Amino acid sequence: MTLDINTIVEILSGFCLLIGSFLCISGGVGILRFPDFYTRMHAVGVTDTLAAGMILVGLMLQNPDALVVIKLLMILVMTLFINPTASHALAKAAFHNGLMPVLDDTEILNSKERNKTTDNDLEPK
Amino acid sequence: MLIAATLAVLVAMILAIIRGIVGPTLYDRILAVNMFGTKTVLLLSLLGFVMGRPEFLDIAIVYALINFISVVGVLRYSGTFELKQPSAESKEE
Amino acid sequence: MRHTLTLFLTLAAFWMLNSGHTSVLMLSLGTISVVFVLYIAHRIDVVDHESQPIHLSYKLPGYFLWLLKELLLANIAVVKSIWLGKNFISPAFTTIKATQKTDIGKVIYANSITITPGTVTVDLVGDRLTVHALFQENLDILKAGEMDRRVSRLEN
Repeated sequence: MTLDINTIVEILSGFCLLIGSFLCISGGVGILRFPDFYTRMHAVGVTDTLAAGMILVGLMLQNPDALVVIKLLMILVMTLFINPTASHALAKAAFHNGLMPVLDDTEILNSKERNKTTDNDLEPK
Repeated sequence: MLIAATLAVLVAMILAIIRGIVGPTLYDRILAVNMFGTKTVLLLSLLGFVMGRPEFLDIAIVYALINFISVVGVLRYSGTFELKQPSAESKEE
Repeated sequence: MRHTLTLFLTLAAFWMLNSGHTSVLMLSLGTISVVFVLYIAHRIDVVDHESQPIHLSYKLPGYFLWLLKELLLANIAVVKSIWLGKNFISPAFTTIKATQKTDIGKVIYANSITITPGTVTVDLVGDRLTVHALFQENLDILKAGEMDRRVSRLEN
C-alpha cells in the first residue's frame, strides 16, 4: 500500500492542528493556574507564539490556493510582530504602576519607595 | 480536525474570559482581553475554513491590527508610559 | 531615496496580496492609495533606516531560524510547568546588560526576549534590560549571552 502525497499532507495538517489546540488549552489553563500577573503573562506567550503558529501552519496545509496561504502567512507574521510589543507595553505599565511580582526568594530590587507612591493606582477605578 | 481545533480555541477563549472576570488587578483583565483578541483572530481564520469561505481571512487581518491598537490605547490611557522622566529608572541601579 | 523605494514596493506588494484584483481601475486606485500613504509617511518623517531596516535584511533569516528553535524549546518548558503546577516554577526578576550599539539592535534584543515564552522584558533604559522570567534557569541562559551575541552580530 502506498501513501499518496495528499494523504500525507492531510495527516500533517491534522497533527499541526492537534498540537495547536493542545497548546491553546494549555495557555488557557495556565492563565487560570499561575499565581500572579507576570507569570500569567508567560502562559499567554505560549498561546500567542507556538499555538497560533501551529494552527495557522495547519490551515496552510489544508488549502493549496497561493493567495490564501500568503494571507495566512501575513496573519502569522503580524501576530508574531505585534504580540511581543503588546505584552511588553502591558508589563511596563504594570511595573511602573508598582505591581510587584511574586518571587521565590525575597531579594527584590530596591523599589519600595516607588511602590509606596503609586500603590493606589493598582485598584481599577 | 478543524471542528476540534475550533472548539479548543473556544475553550481557551472561555478560560481567558474567566480570568478577565476574576482577575484581581486591572492588568490581569487587560491581559485576558489581549489573549481573547488573539484567539478571536485564530477563531476567524478557522471559521473561514470550516465554512469554506476564505474571505474571513481579511476580517482576521483587520481584527489583528485593531486588537493591537486597542490594547496599546487602553495602556496609554491609563497614563503609564513615563514620558516626562525617561531616565528616572537608571539612577536607582 | 532607497528607503522610499523599498517602502513603495512593500506597500504595493501588501495591497496586491490583500486584494488580488488585476483590473486597470483597481490597480490605478491601489497605486493612488500607495502614493498617498508614502506622502503621509514623508510628512510625519518616518521613512528612514529604522522603519525600513534593509541593511539587516540579508542576515535576518538565519537569526529567525535560530529564534524559532529557541521558541520551540521555551514553549515545551512552559507548557510542562503549566500542567505540573505551581511547585515547578521559580519566578525571577533581574537586570541584564545589552551590548548592542544601535537602538534598533536593542529593540530586536528586547523583543526577542519577550517573544520567547518564559521571559518578558519589563523595562528598557539605556543599555539595561529589566527581565522577568518564569524559571531561574532562563535568566542564567540569558546572562550567558548567546542571544545577545547573535543580535550584536546582526547589526554589524
